[in-house]
Amino acid sequence: MSETILDVDGLSVDIATPRGALHAVRDISFSVKRGETLCLVGESGCGKSMTSLAIMDLLPKAATRTARRLTFADEDLGKASRKRVNALRGDRMAMIFQEPMTALNPAYTIGNQLVEAYRQHRNASEAEAREQAVHLLDKVGIASAAQRLGQYPHQLSGGLRQRVMIAMALMCGPDLLIADEPTTALDVTIQAQILRLLADLQRELGIAMVLITHDLGIVARIADRVAVMYAGQIVEEGPTASLFANPRHPYTQGLIDCIPVPGRTVPGGRLGTIPGVVPSLVGEIRGCSFRDRCSHARDICAATVPLKETADGHQWRCILENAV
Amino acid sequence: MIGYILKRLGLALLVALAVSAITFFLLRLSGDVALAIAGEGAQKEDLDLIRKTYGLDRPLVVQYVDWLWQTLQGDFGTSLYFKTDVSRLVLDKLPTTIILGFTALGFALLIAIPLGVLAAVYANSWIDRLALAIAVVGQALPNFFFALILVMVFSITLRWLPVSGSGTWLHFIMPTIALGYYVAPAFMRLIRAGMIEVLSADYIRTARAKGLPTHKVIFKHALRNAVVPVVALTAVQLGFLLGGSVVIETIFALDGLGYLAYQSITYKDFPVMQVIVLLLSILYVLLTLASDIANAWLDPRIRVA
Repeated sequence: MSETILDVDGLSVDIATPRGALHAVRDISFSVKRGETLCLVGESGCGKSMTSLAIMDLLPKAATRTARRLTFADEDLGKASRKRVNALRGDRMAMIFQEPMTALNPAYTIGNQLVEAYRQHRNASEAEAREQAVHLLDKVGIASAAQRLGQYPHQLSGGLRQRVMIAMALMCGPDLLIADEPTTALDVTIQAQILRLLADLQRELGIAMVLITHDLGIVARIADRVAVMYAGQIVEEGPTASLFANPRHPYTQGLIDCIPVPGRTVPGGRLGTIPGVVPSLVGEIRGCSFRDRCSHARDICAATVPLKETADGHQWRCILENAV
Repeated sequence: MIGYILKRLGLALLVALAVSAITFFLLRLSGDVALAIAGEGAQKEDLDLIRKTYGLDRPLVVQYVDWLWQTLQGDFGTSLYFKTDVSRLVLDKLPTTIILGFTALGFALLIAIPLGVLAAVYANSWIDRLALAIAVVGQALPNFFFALILVMVFSITLRWLPVSGSGTWLHFIMPTIALGYYVAPAFMRLIRAGMIEVLSADYIRTARAKGLPTHKVIFKHALRNAVVPVVALTAVQLGFLLGGSVVIETIFALDGLGYLAYQSITYKDFPVMQVIVLLLSILYVLLTLASDIANAWLDPRIRVA
């Protein structure tokens, strides 16, 4: 059960802009094992989505991906042909997107879109694929699944569409599921349902899941490990319990302070905020990228930041001893 | 949907009526019918007699109402030049023009869809620029000039195709190419613009994430959505095709409605002109309606609602 499904080492994504290269993702490394959920956390624009798109080879044309190592089940994705990548995508690695409203093609029925991947990868007949589609719609909690197949995306609510997206991603029984803020566009009540569904399915099917979110409340509930991203870097990574109980990076601490905790946060009291904005990622970036917003910042923070690690695999990038 | 169609049909009738009135008055203002009947150099007495016989001395409005009444009863009058029933004449020529219209449209789409898709997929590359060049030439080159180039190359130099006439399907090849190339650029540019927009849509990313091969992503997921506005354009372009067919049929002496229109203008054959204009305007309005219905059918968000 400890087989590594996804291994990322030194992944960077640069986007060409008129003002120079934008370093959207800077030299990040992490790995996900079978049956494990890794949460990628961070503010908007910190490179979470770019990371997921880079793994799936779905980056926009202007973006380039480099990595020392990028392997999926010991297969080098960096060297894989486009045909090979297409064979893996939708079959063994699948992705769920942020916007269920626009992620489904408005011109085709959901049945049509559900069976596609299965027919493509399994060489299955239409009938077999539809059977599998009904089975999965059932599994993601959609009632009268067989009738739903004939419906168009615009006839479904956002929550239902996201369930369809999840079913679609699971059609071929993937080893890796990447969910890019799957609940951001949904109502709060629906968010909880979708997350529970994802967590249950992940456990039941034993898949490796990378869940991208900016909601730490979600993370605490379902993640095995957490990676906190800031300005394109992973600034802290570790087992969920360790990271929440003992955050080492001032940014992680800042994020945790932003969540109200029943019983501990004083009613009517102020929640924590992190002042300032994310720095520009264009051009050369030196030293700690969080130092402009960090209350512990000193002159030394402009120097190269070391990567520190404890025995339980908790890593962070901060030059200060015990800043938090 | 039914109510919508009925409303549009009513509108079509009004348009046809307006067009018939405008053509009637414009044609009468452009020349003297009596002179057309009697021929150049006729005596004043003869002209007066003709005016009296045909009722041309009455006010224009009365003449129009008279014409309209006869037309509504199915009497389209007699051709001044061919001396036969206008309805007979027009119905004989109509199939040729309809065939040419559809083959030209087919040819236009045949080059516009692949070029538009290629230009969008390889946007801003040399392929895109080549497609743009082909479009610009098509739009800039007058269609009669292009038709003459075709004649020079395929009929005179290579001797593959007949210069003119309308006996066999071979006679349709050059008119189809000349007319199709004339309307293709507008389709191509619309398909390119639509495809570029659609290719950046989220559902295209979803399709790619499923591991579908590129051709399936482009032709199944993207083109289907990019083609919706093209259907609306088709009606407008069919209007251009009908207009363009007058020139093209004349050049190739293809015996269709366009050629007949040209002849009737040359011979001041007023009854024939009147009916052709009316027929073409009705055709145009009906085609627009058909494209609107097709549009609704293509977009399930309109269809199901």
